Amino acid sequence: MTNTLHRFGAPETQRNDYIIFAMPSKGINEEGAIGKLQTFLRLAMKYGPVNVGQGSKGGMYRPSSNLTPFAHWSRPEGADPETVFTAMDEPSTVAAVFDDVAKVEALVKDLKAADLGLSINISGLADGANACCKRAGITRHSIEYSLGFHGDLNQLPDRHVLELSTMCGHGMLSHNFARKMIDMVRENRRTPQRAATTMARFCTCGIFNLARAIRVLEQARKGE
Amino acid sequence: MERQVEIDDRKCVACANCVPVCPMGAIYIDPAVNRATVNLDECVECFTCYRGMSKEHMSPTLVRAVRRVAKWLRFRFDPEPDVCPTDALTPQELTWPRTVRRAFSDPLVPHESTGIHGRGTEEVKTNDVTNRVKEGEAGFTIEFGRPGVGVRFRDVQKMTTALAPLPVEFEDKNPVSSLMTDRATGALQPDILNEKVMSAILELKTGLEHVPAVLERVEAVAQELDTIVSIGVATRCDAQGDDQVAPILEREGYVFFRGKTNLGLGRRPEPAAV
Repeated sequence: MTNTLHRFGAPETQRNDYIIFAMPSKGINEEGAIGKLQTFLRLAMKYGPVNVGQGSKGGMYRPSSNLTPFAHWSRPEGADPETVFTAMDEPSTVAAVFDDVAKVEALVKDLKAADLGLSINISGLADGANACCKRAGITRHSIEYSLGFHGDLNQLPDRHVLELSTMCGHGMLSHNFARKMIDMVRENRRTPQRAATTMARFCTCGIFNLARAIRVLEQARKGE
Repeated sequence: MERQVEIDDRKCVACANCVPVCPMGAIYIDPAVNRATVNLDECVECFTCYRGMSKEHMSPTLVRAVRRVAKWLRFRFDPEPDVCPTDALTPQELTWPRTVRRAFSDPLVPHESTGIHGRGTEEVKTNDVTNRVKEGEAGFTIEFGRPGVGVRFRDVQKMTTALAPLPVEFEDKNPVSSLMTDRATGALQPDILNEKVMSAILELKTGLEHVPAVLERVEAVAQELDTIVSIGVATRCDAQGDDQVAPILEREGYVFFRGKTNLGLGRRPEPAAV
């Protein structure tokens, strides 16, 4: 989940973008972890995450291998969190994305009470995550800061594209596709909601924040 | 079996939906044959096109005919942008050293060296269980190629060889470390140097007192590379939850606000009773 560390955008654009994830450590506490990861997901679902997923199996927005041509007129857009539960057959990272830090705080309190024994991390504004910990009566163990991008920055696209594409840190959402979605929204050929859902299908870990993407697309449409 | 992605000429209808989907910009419509084509030198085998796009299984002949009529009538066809209408993307067998591309590009493939998906390393995400980075230490994750630019291992090697002489310890359980032939010099396996991957994370740790020197070296070498370098710096917090790395980063002039916070809820299993 280093893929969540370097999301691009000013702090005010990240106030509603938190990923909380659970993972066992390879070869140490994997035994019985699948059930604990499912418990983590069930607790997370109580608070209405905008996305969930498992790193090795995919998120709740997935591509379909069997579309019919009718999809071009009416395509099922709905997410299916149940697929994340049912596909979970190995112990790897499970994540939930929230657009409200209060929900993260409530989940952290639940997770503390559940005492799963798995490593739990919050990726987002470091101060916000630390405040969550304190209010839940937790002393944070470790912290990793993002120092951003360095080197040949001429290779980077504009900020709206970057805000969208870096929401999949593994790079599955290409800059070109994010730009295409922005263009389709600006030309009123897609709604921001539909464009965000389309992009979310490429993120195999389920960490793409659709709520934030919709805000970015609305801003890009108006040239803000 | 490892496979590389190719596009079936018999099925491709040149709809170009896969062109912007490719994170490396390696797919294009070849005007000579009017089919989508993969530039295999730039392709990193991330499988985004094959796995990320939804698929219809329509007759290529029918789709070509419809597209031809629509084009002749000047109709603007506005299909779903993430669909391959004829399921033309087909995986082919992949051999060494090309297998390294997929390992470092497709997050659903676990790295052989660590058994971990994604970029193949746990970093401080499981520090509460592994104690990988201790108090007084700083853990670095130096990621090449992110976001969406890609990197060849010869560029990664420029960094590893530049950092090796510093008082740093390369992480054992890391896929880039596993490709080193000599940890003392930071040299990588010569047969992979021209291979391009989506991104690779070099992981090392050092004493907090060496953080400025490591950052200075990373920044300097990053300017010489044909890619982007994303830097993460981690540390173990003290009993009050405070960390000693933030003041150092502030002194060095870095602006940082985003982070990954390990809550410390993980633990090792109890030893079995004898």
